[in-house]
Amino acid sequence: MQWELNSDRPVYVQLIEQIQAGIISGYYKPGDKLPSVRDLAAEATVNPNTMQKALSELERTGLIYTNRTSGRYITSDEVMIKKLKGQSAKDQIMEFLDKMKLLGFNSEEIIALIKEIMNNTE
Amino acid sequence: MSAILECNSLTKKYASLTALNNINLSLERGRIIGLLGPNGSGKTTLIKLINGLLVPTSGTLKIAGNLPGTATKKVVSYLPEKTYLPDWMKVSETIDFFKDFYEDFDEKKAYEMLDRLHLDPQKRMKTLSKGTKEKVQLILVMSRKADLYCLDEPIGGVDPAARDYILNTIISNYNENATVLISTHLIADIENVLDEVVFIKEGSLMLHASVDDIRTKEGKSIDTLFREVFKC
Repeated sequence: MQWELNSDRPVYVQLIEQIQAGIISGYYKPGDKLPSVRDLAAEATVNPNTMQKALSELERTGLIYTNRTSGRYITSDEVMIKKLKGQSAKDQIMEFLDKMKLLGFNSEEIIALIKEIMNNTE
Repeated sequence: MSAILECNSLTKKYASLTALNNINLSLERGRIIGLLGPNGSGKTTLIKLINGLLVPTSGTLKIAGNLPGTATKKVVSYLPEKTYLPDWMKVSETIDFFKDFYEDFDEKKAYEMLDRLHLDPQKRMKTLSKGTKEKVQLILVMSRKADLYCLDEPIGGVDPAARDYILNTIISNYNENATVLISTHLIADIENVLDEVVFIKEGSLMLHASVDDIRTKEGKSIDTLFREVFKC
């Protein structure tokens, strides 16, 4: 996986987001086994402690589970993944709306503009 | 778990100059820690004290509970800012040299790393460029199975690709009993691998905190914070 970390936010938060994005995009499939902490840390060039922290957090939310003898797996709960996808879409839209409001568009204008652009690109 | 390094009121004076002033610092095991500060702030003095190359003017410094000496040299792997390997030696001979010196030296690991960086063990040290010499030295130091690695400017002279490899070497050598203390000015290059940072300014400890805490609290990178704190 391609890891992109900026340096003004906590690394573990960014790792959580990127693994979530990997699950949403299907890079990690439901039930997939994750590489070891050490391998993931080396891949992202981050500290293994930090990767451990991110994975523990994902485990707490249930997206990842640990099988005591054989490692860490992505959840097979597709409903949960779908929910995550929905949340992620919502976050993107909220961010977009905030930016459009900064540009001075109201809700109707935004919707009209989206329709217009989508019609043109089809 | 006990601290790997413990400094109590540690002070070092060179004639009229106070290089380190009343440092109280405790480093845990299993961390990668950046030792950061401007030129002449006392970073190298601290590292030399850890290695017993200097003795404190006052205060104490203990490594795994011991004062610097034969016992601590067995558990501290030190990369000085300048190389001390004889020029006439072949790279393979420097490996033999380290093998003789340190019980915890892993020859196989050293050869693996040489191979990964495409370094020829049959070359003599004097034929190597400055950056390549630094790589060899770092390989030797990281091939020990130490409790505390003290790296004084480990990535200054090497190219960005080798820098990544070196950082990966540090990460993959990581074990929960060992701590890596890295002094450097290239903060942006290493801050993603650090657990904690220690800032020193004019011989005094300014800050010792976790990188994630700093980013959460300040909303900025360690590099940016450093530039603000030490603005000239």
